Amino acid sequence: MKLGLVVDLDTCVGCHACGTACKQWNTSGTIGPLSDERPYEKDPSGSWLNRIRTYEVGDSPHSKTVNMPMSCMHCEDAACVTVCPTGASYKREEDGIVLIDQDKCMGCNLCSWACPYGARELDPNSGTMKKCTLCVDRIYDEQLPEAERQPACVLTCPTSSRVFGDFDDPDSEVSKLTRERAGQQLMPELGYNPVNTYLPPRNPKQQDQIQVSAMQGVKQLVNRIINR
Amino acid sequence: MHPAFSVLIFTVTSGAGYGLLAWLGAGQLLGYTQAQTTDQQIVLGVIAMLLVSIGLLSSTMHLANPKNAWRSFSRFRTSWLSREAVFAIVLYPVAALYAAAIFWQWAWINWLAGLSIVLSLVTLFSTSMIYASLKTIRQWNTPMVPALFMAYALSSGGLLFLAVSGLFGAFNTTLLSTVLGLVLITFALKMVYFFWQGKPQGATIQTATGFSQASVRLLDAGHSAPTFLNREFGYQIAADKLLRLRIVMTFVAFVMPLVIFYCVLQGSAVELLSVAWLMMMTGLLIERWLFFAEARHVVRLYHGDQRT
Repeated sequence: MKLGLVVDLDTCVGCHACGTACKQWNTSGTIGPLSDERPYEKDPSGSWLNRIRTYEVGDSPHSKTVNMPMSCMHCEDAACVTVCPTGASYKREEDGIVLIDQDKCMGCNLCSWACPYGARELDPNSGTMKKCTLCVDRIYDEQLPEAERQPACVLTCPTSSRVFGDFDDPDSEVSKLTRERAGQQLMPELGYNPVNTYLPPRNPKQQDQIQVSAMQGVKQLVNRIINR
Repeated sequence: MHPAFSVLIFTVTSGAGYGLLAWLGAGQLLGYTQAQTTDQQIVLGVIAMLLVSIGLLSSTMHLANPKNAWRSFSRFRTSWLSREAVFAIVLYPVAALYAAAIFWQWAWINWLAGLSIVLSLVTLFSTSMIYASLKTIRQWNTPMVPALFMAYALSSGGLLFLAVSGLFGAFNTTLLSTVLGLVLITFALKMVYFFWQGKPQGATIQTATGFSQASVRLLDAGHSAPTFLNREFGYQIAADKLLRLRIVMTFVAFVMPLVIFYCVLQGSAVELLSVAWLMMMTGLLIERWLFFAEARHVVRLYHGDQRT
């Protein structure tokens, strides 16, 4: 299995619901708590596993606003795991999820340096690295109804811009979406082979040429001349 | 990259320590140390290991959760940080045996001297590869980084070896010329590095976001106050200040020690070499600060930088 996410940049509205749902679930999950610094002051900070940024793509008047949520890409060739000196960072063989053993991490920051996507953040309180778990404590929970065995960010997304699934299965929804809508990896040139893909915005539909009859054409011309 | 002071101290002082130990071993193999007494050699060895220990202790200061530091010996096969930790620890008993061999004049002293050189250089190489192996920071991901780290360590260690030998009255002009040549090579390497570093290359905001055919600008970073990512990777310093620091570094780390070398060769007091060493160490601290401050991690692209 190769579990990961597809993010649809066409429909994402940048509401940050995935980020807050992620924090809410994971702060009491296996790697929790995700501690905060000065949460009610003017400069709140703290560990956060899913950041949403907004870009302007293209030049005005043909520019487009694109919201880009980013969490761990669960890279196939995860450099963060290679550089870890303690063995706290690991990639699960069975489903490819990259996790951090909170009992082994010594907080040296090297994995966060190795990650190009800013997916790893040091918890200011525990002094250990925190990252997206792909809600590993949720997706396999048989107490939950089957439809809810998905990451918190995917369940909460109001525009269904996030899809979770197995990229090894060619018939899964994530594989189909990636195939049909040319889903792409971010910064592929670094060679980490990230699993998550991003669907580019669709091209606007071509306006069909409206067939105009000869009589209508004359009417339009007259209307244009006689300014009512 | 945010320059953490503990890491600056660690790489500069332990570098000088490993360099000095390598020179002491080389002196044993090449016959320079025969001019020195047993006590003098042991003092040199103790200074080397003291510098190494100060550096290693300082390196643990930047760990956020140091109680798990002992686990860092466990991933020798994949992690350069783990390799560095292992080699650094293995060096201690070898250095202790070497000291014993000097003291009691053991017959296999040359083997221990050789092993000390190899372990010093391998530890230095591992330290530099922690930085050089990161594909996310193009300023570090180059074979020049290990070459430079070795050159700094051997220059500052060699200069310290000279300075202390000078204080002992066991001064050697051939050795001075060798170290002088090494400092010149290090100087040249650093200038090449500065020249090469200014050339834009690598990932851009286009490849980072996937919009390779259009201009991309950050509208909103998604947070109202700095995050871990901003603090760790967003370190920004004015270009004119960087330039000034580069000039200061060049003078303090290389030009002034080279001038002192010249004066000593012309017959000035050998004690001046201690001043040269202190200058070089100060200059190397500025150099290491620049090494971090000028390194630009690719995650900055997501925060609006157009290129690294």
